Amino acid sequence: MSTGPSTGPSTGTRTGASTDVAIATSGLTRSYGATTALEGATLALEAGRVHGLLGRNGAGKTTLLRLLTGLDRPTAGTARLLGEDPFENPRLAGRFCFVKESQVYPESFRVHHVLRAASLLFPRWDDDRAAELVDRFALPTRRPVKKLSRGMTSALGVVVGLAARAEVTLFDEPYLGLDAVARQLFYDALLEEVALEPRTVVLSTHLIDEVDHLLERVVVVDHGRVVLDADADEVRGSAVEVTGPSAAVDAFTGGRRLLRREVLGGTARATVATRATREERARADRLGVDLAPVSLQQVVVGLTTAAEPARPLQEVLR
Amino acid sequence: MLDDSRPIFVQVAERIAGDVLDGTLPEGSQVPSTTELSAFLRINPATVAKGMAELVATGVLHKRRGIGMFVSEGARARLQEQRRAAFVDEFVAPLVREAGRLGLAPDEVARLVVDATRGAGAVR
Repeated sequence: MSTGPSTGPSTGTRTGASTDVAIATSGLTRSYGATTALEGATLALEAGRVHGLLGRNGAGKTTLLRLLTGLDRPTAGTARLLGEDPFENPRLAGRFCFVKESQVYPESFRVHHVLRAASLLFPRWDDDRAAELVDRFALPTRRPVKKLSRGMTSALGVVVGLAARAEVTLFDEPYLGLDAVARQLFYDALLEEVALEPRTVVLSTHLIDEVDHLLERVVVVDHGRVVLDADADEVRGSAVEVTGPSAAVDAFTGGRRLLRREVLGGTARATVATRATREERARADRLGVDLAPVSLQQVVVGLTTAAEPARPLQEVLR
Repeated sequence: MLDDSRPIFVQVAERIAGDVLDGTLPEGSQVPSTTELSAFLRINPATVAKGMAELVATGVLHKRRGIGMFVSEGARARLQEQRRAAFVDEFVAPLVREAGRLGLAPDEVARLVVDATRGAGAVR
């Protein structure tokens, strides 16, 4: 946690329109020696929405978040957070909150010190909310942070992230060590918070099924590239699962983007980028194959395991 | 509760419409707020609002400024009409298809439908 200037940003700097862009990147690239962690990421994330940053481990999610929050500098391209270059920018202090996967706190800090420090850093910090969340997660406030379990440390990060009420809140896999019950507490609190105080949230996760319905927009990163940036609802209906005799399944999927295909004996199951329109249903009926809906998670898995480069999927899914 | 086949906001609208149809939400009654529905259904509040907006657009709900969202007069009849139009496509067609696979004759299917309707305690 960095110490921001105590003169917090005035809330008057917010224009408030919900179509504002909170996060914008253009050709954002970060290389470490011969390894390119992020390549040519171009994004525009609207303010006031909950965005999911999805992708496999090592896909480049954390690199993107670090560049967005000024913890790292791009090799090429630009990143803008609330219209500002985030790198060492005092004007952004307290306006965003980045909850890291493994947040490190000062050695001597107890839980209540962390909360106190956060309350000074974030101008819109809500003490009552923090206390209530501490209660819900059963966090021992007098305990030294270094004595917290993995899950409690994560819970503390979540409490800070939500009570900060920063204009932009970025969570990077915030639930390491949190059990299913605690994760549900987090999701419920997040929903309450955005309903109460709309703000921009970026939630990086690979537990896609769990957060599916919380997300309005999804950004999928794969091998350092942004392979999808679309409304969650649009993605959900953009693929179907086809099951039936192999030949019939192939006839159905022919000419359409295949995300996944498995065969067992003479039966095939394929995930294919098409919408279950009335025409497609009729075609499936004629061919004798079954169509089933596909979850957001299945689409993302399909996108990020495809052997061919996932580049043109954005267009295919429209 | 929610499935993956259609956009979530559509399902929110359908769910509320379903409550209007079966009388859980009578005409003139107040609909739970976006925040309440968001917490209950565990979905994004913006998605709930989008679903509600659909129902406002089709005249099922109306907004009373500063108070909340209410079920419009005549909403039930309007929904019934809409749903009847979709009934053949969504329910009868699959029924006939499956009956064909099972080798059930049309009058047998009709008898089963009549029996099931009586068994359900004569709907409506």
